[in-house]
Amino acid sequence: MSAKPRTLYEKIWDAHVVERRDDGTCLIYIDRHLLHEVTSPQAFEALRIAGRKLRRPDLTLAVADHNLPTTPRVDASGKRLPITDPDSKIQLAELEKNVAEFGVPYIDAIAPEQGIVHVVGPEQGYSLPGATIVCGDSHTSAHGGMGALAFGIGTSEVEHVMATQTLQLTPSKTMEIRVDGKLGEGVTPKDVVLHIIGTIGAAGGTGYVIEYTGNVFREMSIEGRLTVSNMSIEGGARAGLIAPDEVTFAYLSDKPMAPKGEAWAKAIAWWKTLPTDPGAHYDKVVVIDAADIAPCLTWGTSPEDVVPIDGVVPDPMSFADPAKQIAAQKSLDYMGLTPGTRMEDIPVENIFIGSCTNSRIEDLRAAAVVVRGRKLAPNIRQALIVPGSGLVKRQAEAEGLDRVFLDAGFEWREPGCSMCLAMNPDKVPPGERCASTSNRNFVGRQGPRSRTHLVSPAMAAAAAVTGRLADVRKLERMA
Amino acid sequence: MKPINAVEGRAIPLGLKNCDTDVIIPAHFLKVITRDGLGKNAFEAIRAQPGNVFDDPEYAGANILIGGDNFGCGSSREHAAWALNDMGIDAVIAPSFSDIFSGNAFKNGILTVVLPQEAVDRLLEVAKTQPISVELEGQTVTTPFQDRFRFEIDPFRKYCLLNGLDEVGMTLARDSAIGAFEEKMAAERPWL
Ligand code: SF4
Repeated sequence: MSAKPRTLYEKIWDAHVVERRDDGTCLIYIDRHLLHEVTSPQAFEALRIAGRKLRRPDLTLAVADHNLPTTPRVDASGKRLPITDPDSKIQLAELEKNVAEFGVPYIDAIAPEQGIVHVVGPEQGYSLPGATIVCGDSHTSAHGGMGALAFGIGTSEVEHVMATQTLQLTPSKTMEIRVDGKLGEGVTPKDVVLHIIGTIGAAGGTGYVIEYTGNVFREMSIEGRLTVSNMSIEGGARAGLIAPDEVTFAYLSDKPMAPKGEAWAKAIAWWKTLPTDPGAHYDKVVVIDAADIAPCLTWGTSPEDVVPIDGVVPDPMSFADPAKQIAAQKSLDYMGLTPGTRMEDIPVENIFIGSCTNSRIEDLRAAAVVVRGRKLAPNIRQALIVPGSGLVKRQAEAEGLDRVFLDAGFEWREPGCSMCLAMNPDKVPPGERCASTSNRNFVGRQGPRSRTHLVSPAMAAAAAVTGRLADVRKLERMA
Repeated sequence: MKPINAVEGRAIPLGLKNCDTDVIIPAHFLKVITRDGLGKNAFEAIRAQPGNVFDDPEYAGANILIGGDNFGCGSSREHAAWALNDMGIDAVIAPSFSDIFSGNAFKNGILTVVLPQEAVDRLLEVAKTQPISVELEGQTVTTPFQDRFRFEIDPFRKYCLLNGLDEVGMTLARDSAIGAFEEKMAAERPWL
């Protein structure tokens, strides 16, 4: 053991080095590999062509989420309904064929545990502190909320992990983002992370692994931490970690795939050694005062385009960087917005509450608090609630939240990625606007020519009942 | 993977800060189970605009793409790299790349060249009328106007690209080290 103080990231890294090359590149062992239907078929195919085996199917877990329809999946008699989109159907069939051939544990499309891969991992106790977790999906950063080193990989890397259970990696730089103080009224974990991305920029974390520190994260639930870590990639960082603590251990204690008995005691003892040592060095430190964070949302087509809800659409010329001025003008043209317009005056026609960022039970509760006793505004054409997993859906139903949403006029759907990326039939129609709890407001992300405003679940609910982007703080006072 | 060293030819002057992978290849084209044929759907939203650089006959057959800051941000979809491969792009030049995209590009034999914004601006200008030349061995980008820009690249990546090495094959050769690590882990962290 070296005496040099180390960060959480460095400790996890060091614990997974199989070999270190002279140039600093390391062969890093991967503890957990999640697969879904979109980024795995070409990797399985490559294994087959090269005659290679999947080294550790026991460390791998597959679940379909990206293009499963969110309409009912079984008929009244419990029989599985066919998928109508032919390409989606092929992709799902391909996944089922591959997991059977390579012996990968699989949560099938009608299992109660099915859901978005980044909701399922923590919820099953598959994602553990101190583990290296990868998936062919950039929002794998979410699992960092459990104190894991988790990051998205491309399909060639998926193949590399399948064949070798390792990746060849160079260490990232480290960035501490510290948020201390007391969060204001109506400020949720989503607002915290949007504020952070607005501060560091969409490329601010490129080349870094972030560690979120400070009392704001210490006091956050696991659900909230997963929301924050999830969006690390929108700030350019491949991974974003939050040190494991008693909140993490309590969350994991009853999860089916978490260690049990003697293994649990041993695991906790190791997990407790992981938090960053006092005096450890970060390559960059960003300090944010919790009091400066307002409920906020995006106005443009990059997640860095963040304003407080009581703010206005910015003037592109107000940005110092000429490249950003051009990008901002393009964003405004695409979004159909004029500088100076109050965000609260912008009407929306679509509401999406879901995605791996905000589809957990706490998110649904936060939305339900706002919706209860109210109705969708008349100009809302489509309002979807898509729970992150079958277990979240059941829990919400047990709490009666489904009734709250259905009574207000929302649709209550089956779990999946849905309108977050519009690979399945759930889309925002061209030219229409959506208040969305997802993580990307890119051009065409929610469907061709869709216009996305990223918001928290409470703010999406507020938009649903007012028919425009709305300040949840004012709404609560009105109630 | 085919070895790569010199890439010479016309370059598409895209520019565009934060060009994300949804722009490169939108999600509704990801329902494929092979790597081929994505090029024709690449940059769909940009191509819908009249007079866009991708359909400009001036750049027909270009094998270099010049992007803006944070090129390839967003999703981890390797389909973005496959789409560029399919379009015949062998090198992308930009002020910065997202980490995941540059890894994916590298694994598909696409050279990502990072140059300062001023150099990229100059190349965007030159590309309108002239070819550009990227040379990996000497780590330089040159133009017919005697511009000469040096770029940095990870030595391991450079070595793999120059020799067309397959990373999976290289790692499989380390099988005994991986096996030894697994034994150690089974003793120290049995819950994993
Ligand atoms: S919910 Fe959206 S961001 Fe999350 S994994 Fe699915 S498509 Fe990706």
